[in-house]
Amino acid sequence: MIDPNLFQLVCFYAFAAVTVAAALAVITLKNSVHAVLALVLTFFSAACVWLLAEAEFLAIALIVVYVGAVMVLFLFVVMMLDINQEQVREGFIRFLPVGIVVALVMLAEMLALIGVRAMRAVSMGPNPAEAAGLSNTAWLGRALYTDYLLPFEVAALILTVGVVAAVALTLRKRRGVRHQDAGEQVRVDPRSRIRIVKMDAVRAQAPAPKEPQA
Amino acid sequence: MITLSHYIVFGAVLFCIAVAGLFINRKNVIVLLMAIELMLLAVNTNFVAFSRFLGDVSGQVFVFFILTVAAAESAIGLAILVLLFRNRDTINIAEIDDLKG
Repeated sequence: MIDPNLFQLVCFYAFAAVTVAAALAVITLKNSVHAVLALVLTFFSAACVWLLAEAEFLAIALIVVYVGAVMVLFLFVVMMLDINQEQVREGFIRFLPVGIVVALVMLAEMLALIGVRAMRAVSMGPNPAEAAGLSNTAWLGRALYTDYLLPFEVAALILTVGVVAAVALTLRKRRGVRHQDAGEQVRVDPRSRIRIVKMDAVRAQAPAPKEPQA
Repeated sequence: MITLSHYIVFGAVLFCIAVAGLFINRKNVIVLLMAIELMLLAVNTNFVAFSRFLGDVSGQVFVFFILTVAAAESAIGLAILVLLFRNRDTINIAEIDDLKG
């Protein structure tokens, strides 16, 4: 029987390795479509890492919202734009050493800051949600709908503004195409379209019977 | 046994990869946007880890908001990108210098 703690650690290393490899693929792949697909893999395995931290709701939300919606948006845009690969790639080799050096220096600084050895002692305690007798979703939702209600509403507003802005930016008026004008339709007054004429009912006169010819 | 430093180092590595991506993909705005998404993912991982290890729900609530704002940001960013490509026929950063004095 394998030790559950050890199994967790093995899973963490496996998912983290896949995430890092996919992230490296995102920034180095030549084809933008392949880069987006690598980003999907990155998010998916990162969601697995979050699952190991018992953040179930956020992990599923990451997969559904990010992989399902945002990445598909990226994919659409990449496929819609006709990108000149050679032109886009020029300068890649020139900036490669700078990028690697900056990234490595930053990583070294961060690791020094984190002090890997100092924090090794902090291990995962009991799940705080379970300690409160709730599932992760209920735990998160209870905080979201009480303490963080106003930020939650503001987030909804931000999403609405984002939708309006995205549509307003990309909307294009074409000439020579017939389209509806909603304002014109709303302003319509029935009296200008139809005229009701009041008149007495008139019975059509039956033609007088012809006199027989004498 | 997974410790807090495992998660933080993982986040730091992801963040540094994203920074390197910003440097080496200077010509392709789409990859730049993707690198920003990677940075946000690294930050979110830190939030999730601290929330779990400190037993505080606020970290996960914050991740929720970051996801919301990041979705709106990428939608608007991609809309700007489409507009830019329609008007200029390029997404090369070096050619987009209208604001240069």
